[in-house]
This record gives sequence, structure tokens and C-alpha cells, in this order.
Amino acid sequence: MFNMLLLLLLLAIGVNSTTYIESLNLTLVLQTSTFPETPQMLHGTAPPAPPTDITGQDRPNDAGGRTVVSWTKSADDGQGKNSVQEYVVFRSTNIDGEFTEIGTARKGVQEFVDISTTDGVEYYYMIKAFDGESFSEPVLSGAITSSAQWFHVGRVNMLVAVLILSFLILWFIQRAKKGEELYIRPIAGLEAVDDAVGRATEMGRPIMYIPGIMDMDNIQTIAGVIILSRVARKAAEYECPILVPTCKSIVMSAAQETVKEAYLDAGRPDSYDADKIRYLTDDQFGYAAGVDGMMMREKPGAVFFMGCFYAESLILAETGHSVGAIQIAGTAQPSQLPFFVTACDYTLIGEELFAASAYLSKQPLLLGSLKGQDWGKGLLIIILIIGIILVSFGFQQVVGWLTVG
Amino acid sequence: MRRQGPLIITFITGAVIILQYFIPHRPFSDLQQLFNTWFLVIAVFALILGVGNLGKIHFERVFRRRENWPYSIVLILGFIIMFGAGIIWGIQRGTPFYYIFWNVHIPMGSTMFALLAFFVASASYRAFRARTPEATVLLISAIVVMLSRVPLGNFIWKELPLIGDWIMAYPNMAGQRAIWIGIALGVVSTSLRIILGIERTYLAGK
Amino acid sequence: MNIIERFEAVDRRIIFLLIILAVVIPLLFPIGLKIEVSDPVQRFYNAIEELEPGSFVLLSAEYDASTMPEVYPMNEALVSHCFSKDLKIVSIGLWPQGVSLNQEAMEQGAREYEKEYGVDYVNLGYKAGGIVVISALGEDIPTTFPQDYALRPIEQFKIMEGIENLDNIDLIVSLSAGDPGVREWVMIAHGRYGKNVCGGVTAVSAPAFYPFLNAGQLKGLMGGMKGAAEYETLLKQTGTASAGMDAQSIAHGLIIFFILFANFFYFMGKRRRR
Repeated sequence: MFNMLLLLLLLAIGVNSTTYIESLNLTLVLQTSTFPETPQMLHGTAPPAPPTDITGQDRPNDAGGRTVVSWTKSADDGQGKNSVQEYVVFRSTNIDGEFTEIGTARKGVQEFVDISTTDGVEYYYMIKAFDGESFSEPVLSGAITSSAQWFHVGRVNMLVAVLILSFLILWFIQRAKKGEELYIRPIAGLEAVDDAVGRATEMGRPIMYIPGIMDMDNIQTIAGVIILSRVARKAAEYECPILVPTCKSIVMSAAQETVKEAYLDAGRPDSYDADKIRYLTDDQFGYAAGVDGMMMREKPGAVFFMGCFYAESLILAETGHSVGAIQIAGTAQPSQLPFFVTACDYTLIGEELFAASAYLSKQPLLLGSLKGQDWGKGLLIIILIIGIILVSFGFQQVVGWLTVG
Repeated sequence: MRRQGPLIITFITGAVIILQYFIPHRPFSDLQQLFNTWFLVIAVFALILGVGNLGKIHFERVFRRRENWPYSIVLILGFIIMFGAGIIWGIQRGTPFYYIFWNVHIPMGSTMFALLAFFVASASYRAFRARTPEATVLLISAIVVMLSRVPLGNFIWKELPLIGDWIMAYPNMAGQRAIWIGIALGVVSTSLRIILGIERTYLAGK
Repeated sequence: MNIIERFEAVDRRIIFLLIILAVVIPLLFPIGLKIEVSDPVQRFYNAIEELEPGSFVLLSAEYDASTMPEVYPMNEALVSHCFSKDLKIVSIGLWPQGVSLNQEAMEQGAREYEKEYGVDYVNLGYKAGGIVVISALGEDIPTTFPQDYALRPIEQFKIMEGIENLDNIDLIVSLSAGDPGVREWVMIAHGRYGKNVCGGVTAVSAPAFYPFLNAGQLKGLMGGMKGAAEYETLLKQTGTASAGMDAQSIAHGLIIFFILFANFFYFMGKRRRR
């Protein structure tokens, strides 16, 4: 969920997220010293120039156990004799002790992340440039210690955003709890749900409900199963059979529970048939073929597509259209929206899918969260406009403030 | 307890995943790894659940001679042959599994995907009408983008691909971003409702 | 039913038949239309071109048999480019079928450029979990994938020496036909670990990735068979994608014709109804 928010902030400002960490001045610059020994020549040719300015630091914002060693590349790396092939990194816990090789970095690279340190222990690093035949003079770092952090400083902005948004949502939920009337604009696709079920019943045909092709860890699938509950309840009231073919077995299990509960609520537990909610296959187009086959055989009077869809969206919706079903779709996959808009009678676009549960149930708690979400959106639009103005006038710092580490 | 248990688990896992995003220190970083591993284990076992359901429905259909039962035999045989071939000979090049995968599964999958071309054609013929000024703008930009995506566009007019790229990079992107921002907020709000137990329909019941 | 109404509600099987002809005829008798390279594909190519020989590319295959006609040509072209530049390929699959399809492409490339499995390329196989797997790779690759796709321990492969996590990878390429795919790689590998990510996606999903590209979160993007054909053009190769371009051109032209034709009869009908 927060990755989505991260994504949204990045999308809104359009910046590269790697810059912020680099700007954090956590670097402990360590003194460079040269190892007092002669260059090691294997075949008598002149060794490459050594790297310089070796510095080290604890890798910031991690669980510890890591340090970053960086250096300025050798004069013979990419220029000069252009003979450097790689840098060999050695490590020791004692500046006068034995150094062991822990890894290499290719030419042109000026950084090495040591991922095997013990927190609190002082390490010394030695770097040598290697040209395939001989090593350069070694250069040695000062003591470097790794440690774990309790807070990711690159994500302060995200924390603030999350807190504000959560506050708004919870505040409106509280207001709704106190009985305040909250207005939600009419959503045609959701208004049509009851009509679609009614029409299928009149035609004596079943309803088909497709909860997308993703698993229960996808929030769109969860939204799909939530809406299924309302549709199944209506279907149970009208005694209209409901078919739910699923692409994932966990979704099948969740859908069975949901439909069963809806039938219980409607007072018709005997009409519930678990075999109507079935698993077809995990394969995307195998599933599309299976659902198409069911549509052609069962000729549903109403088809609901609610969840996460990909390229199978139009294959399913066109087949549904060809059997004369009234079709209502809802997805947060922007690339599939045009197909649903073309082939279905009603389409819930993006956030409307997530609003459906609140809209259909009219529960104040859920409506309150919708209101909070809208306010969050308003706030974001304001930040977006201010950000655009500031960046346009050369105030680039704002990009850093809104970039997540 | 039947409903309380899942709600408590949801709240704890949700809260931990949020906290680990801000706290890199142990035990939070390790907990995320742990949950990740659990998820992988559950995902594998869920597959057994699905196969069980598939088997139950189709075996029942064959034994009770329900409508279209011969198709169920095809499904069961297909499953046994593919599964058996993979278990006995492995899935590397030269094995029966590999042969069936490349010569039966791939052409069938591609055929289903290729249906899209036909359905796009029939859907656009049926529904893509310039009913309103907005629909007309959409129609014109669709035609420009379609032409710019193939060498034919460049053949017709050299500037067409540039116009197509402009439509994709600006009006399209602005629309996509707006939809994504709405979706992201919807996701945050829905996630919060689920973590706090306000939305519990997905657990079955009110 | 008059002629206008008849054209407005034409039997869709006629449309299907015309589409088949529009695809098959150019495949049998190629026209050879010139392929221009678009900016997103050029950026993808440059991202590979800028890597030093010996750099590591993590190639993640998130597609399956059905999307193979669009994505496999990208896979072939990419492997060919990497091997020609002596880059090392560490590959995984977040979709089970992607593993064998990608292995096929890599073996084909390896034969052409005389590359050795375990030294120049390796296939670590499939792991379920999508986004969870990506974040696990960010921390520790050998623990996440202790064996390759044929269940051999990865310690025996020279290419895996020194590969600990995504820090050791120079570029990530995800060839994906859905989720998990490019979006997840951008969110985790770029967003959390700051890695450069390039994506190859199906034509239908390509518009959704332009925001990532323009925000610099994606280094390059190949969309559909056209993207693959452009990449083949950059490599100066004629692969399956280039061959399909004529057919795609004619099919697009035909669909545009359908739209215009249907609109013409729609307006005629509207005028008559008035």
C-alpha cells in the first residue's frame, strides 16, 4: 500500500528517486594513507597507478552488517595507460594485521558494499588496482564501523504523507460515526447492479461474476470479493444462480465463503451451491478460454468483471456481449479500461472500484473513509500545483523534499 | 473468534509491514523476510487446494455423467499426462514435458491471445463511434497512435510517429497519472479499512 | 433492414475473416516497410550499450506461452545484444513459464556467441511470490535462489561468485506481460534499492509505463512486437518481430478502415433517422 503511495508521489513530481540518499551528509570521510610496501609486479611490467581518496561509511538506513567503501579511480582507469581491469578489496580488523580479499569491483566502479560486517567492529579496508598482470600500490582506509538504524531518514516525507492521509480518513470515519450525513456522488455502474441482477432473473439466466485473474494479495481482488458479497446477496434474494469461475485457488475459497455468507444473510442457505464457485486454472488464457466456454454454454444474463484484469479483458467482455449479457466492469488497470468501456454497459474506473463497497453498503464507517480519501486527493492536488510552480521558478529543493529514499 | 482471529492477524501483519518500511533495524527487517517466506509457503499449498477443487468437480461430472462430461475426461487426462511427464522425466529440453509444452501448450496459449486481434476489430467496429465531440477527439487520437505504432504510419507521413509519441507522452501520461493517483489513494484507504477491521466483507460476513 | 442498417450491424465473422487475410497475406508476401526506432527503445538499447563488458544484467522473464509472440522476440534480441557485448546474464522468472522460454532464448544466443552456461549466463528458475521475491533479492540473492532451474546448487557456477544481492547487478531487465512484472521491479528494485530498470512489455500495456519512463524510473521501454522490431533494427538483425511488422501494419490499417467505415454508416443512419 505504501509502495503505491511512494509510486504516486514519484509519479506526481516526476523525479528520480536515487538522488536523495546521496545528498544525505552521513559520510564519514576518513583519512587516506598509503600502504608502505612496494608495488607487486608479476611479470615485470609497470604496475597501474593506485586509486586515491578512499573513504568509508556505515551504509545508511539499513539493518546493519554493511559498510560502503568508495575511492577515486586510478589514473590508469579509462585514461593514462588505461590498463586497470578491476579493483581488489581487502579487509582486516587490525590495521597492522593480515588483510584478506573480500571481493572485486570492475574498472570504472568507485564503490564497494561490504555485506558481511559485524556491527560495532572496526574494519580497515585496502584497495589495489589490478591490470591483469600486476597490482598497484595498496591504499588503506581508516576504521569503519557498521551499525543498524531505527529510522529510515529518507522516508520522513512518506511518514508525514501517511500520517496526514490516515488522520483524514480516521477523522471522517469518526464524523460519520456521530451520524453526520456524507454526500457521495452517484456512480452509474453501481446503481445498475440491482437492475442487472433483476434482468438476469427475469430472463431465467444465471449471473456470472469474474473477480479478476490475480490472487487475494492483490487489493483489486479483495475489492472484487467485497462487491461479490453484495451481488451474491441480491442474487440470493432473487433466487438467481451465481457462477464464479476463479483463476486462483485462494480466491475460490474466499469467494465460496463470501457467497455462502450472503446466501445465509438472505435467508436462503439451501440454495447455495459450492460447485458454482470453481477454480479453473492459474494460466491467464487458459482461464479466459474456460470462462468463454462457460459463457457460451450457460448464457448468463448479467456478467460482472470486478478486479484486476490484463489482456484477457476484451476476450471475456466481447464473449459476454455476444451472448447478450448486461455487463458491468470495474478495474484499477488503466490499460484495460478502454476495452471494458467499449464492450460493457457500465465501467467503474480505478478508484470507483474501491469505493464500491462503501457505496453499496452505505455503512457510515466506510463512507467516512471515502470522504477522507477525497480530502487526501484534494491535498495532493494542492501540493502538486505548488510543486510545479516552485520547480518552474527554479526552486529545485522541493524535488528533494518529495523524493522517497 | 472465527472472525476475530483473522482480523487480529490482518492487523498485526499490516502494522508490521508498515513499520518495517520505516524501521530498518532488526527485528522488523527480519520479520518482513519471515512473512515473505510464509507467503511463499501458503502460495504453494493454495495450489493443492485449487487442484483438489478442479479434480472433485470434474471427476464428479464424469462419474455422474453430467452434461458435457466427455470434456472433463479431456481435462483430467491433460492434467495427468502433463503432471506425470514432468514428475517422471523432468522438464528439460528433450523430455516429453518440454515437447508438449512447446508444441501444444504454447500454440494454444498464443491462439487465445491472438483472439484479441479479432475482438479488438469487432469491438472497434461496433462501439467506436464519433457520437460526441469528446469521442471524436478520442477517435482521431486513436487512429494517429495506431498508425504511429507501425511502420505504415511512417510510410504515410514521416511526422506521424512523432505526433503519436507526443500523444503517448503527454495527454496519455497526464490521464494515466490522474487515474493512478486516484487508484493509489483508493488503495491506501481500502488497505487502512482492512487493517483496522472496518472492512471485513472479504472475510465473509458483514 | 436497409443497406445502412445492414452495414451498421455487420456479422462479426466477416470482420474476423478480413483480419485473418490482413495478417496472413503480408506474412506470405512481405512488403518490407521501413522500421523507425522510437525514443523509449533507443533508451533501452543505450542502457545496455553503456554497460562495460563483464557487467551483470539481471533478466527477469514474466511472460508465458500466450504472450510469447510479442515478448519472445524481445528476449531473443536482448540476449543477443548482451552476449555480443560480453555482458553476464543472471536470469530468473517470476512467472513459471517465463523460465523455460527465457532459457530457450539464452541457449540460442549462447550457441551463436559461444557462451557457456554457468560462466556467462545462468538461469535461477522460478519463485512464487512476485514482489516478495524482488525484495528478497534486494537483500540476498543466493539465499532466495539457492539452486538454478535444474536444481543444481548455484555455488558451482562461476558467474555467481561475488553476487550477493541487487547491489552487484548493473542493470535489471524485466520482460513482462502483466503482474508481477515491470511495475513491481520499478517499485522495489528502483524505488527501494535504486537500481536501473528497463522493461519489455506487451503493446496493450505499454501506455501505462510511459509515466515511469518520463519520471526516469524506467531507463528504457520496449512495447510489443513493434518495440522488438525496433530493437532488432538497432542490432541490425532481422528477427521474428521485424517479419511481423508488415502484417501488423496492414492489420492496424484495416482496423482503422473498419472504424471509419462504421462511422460513415453511423452518420448516414443518423441522418436518415432524422
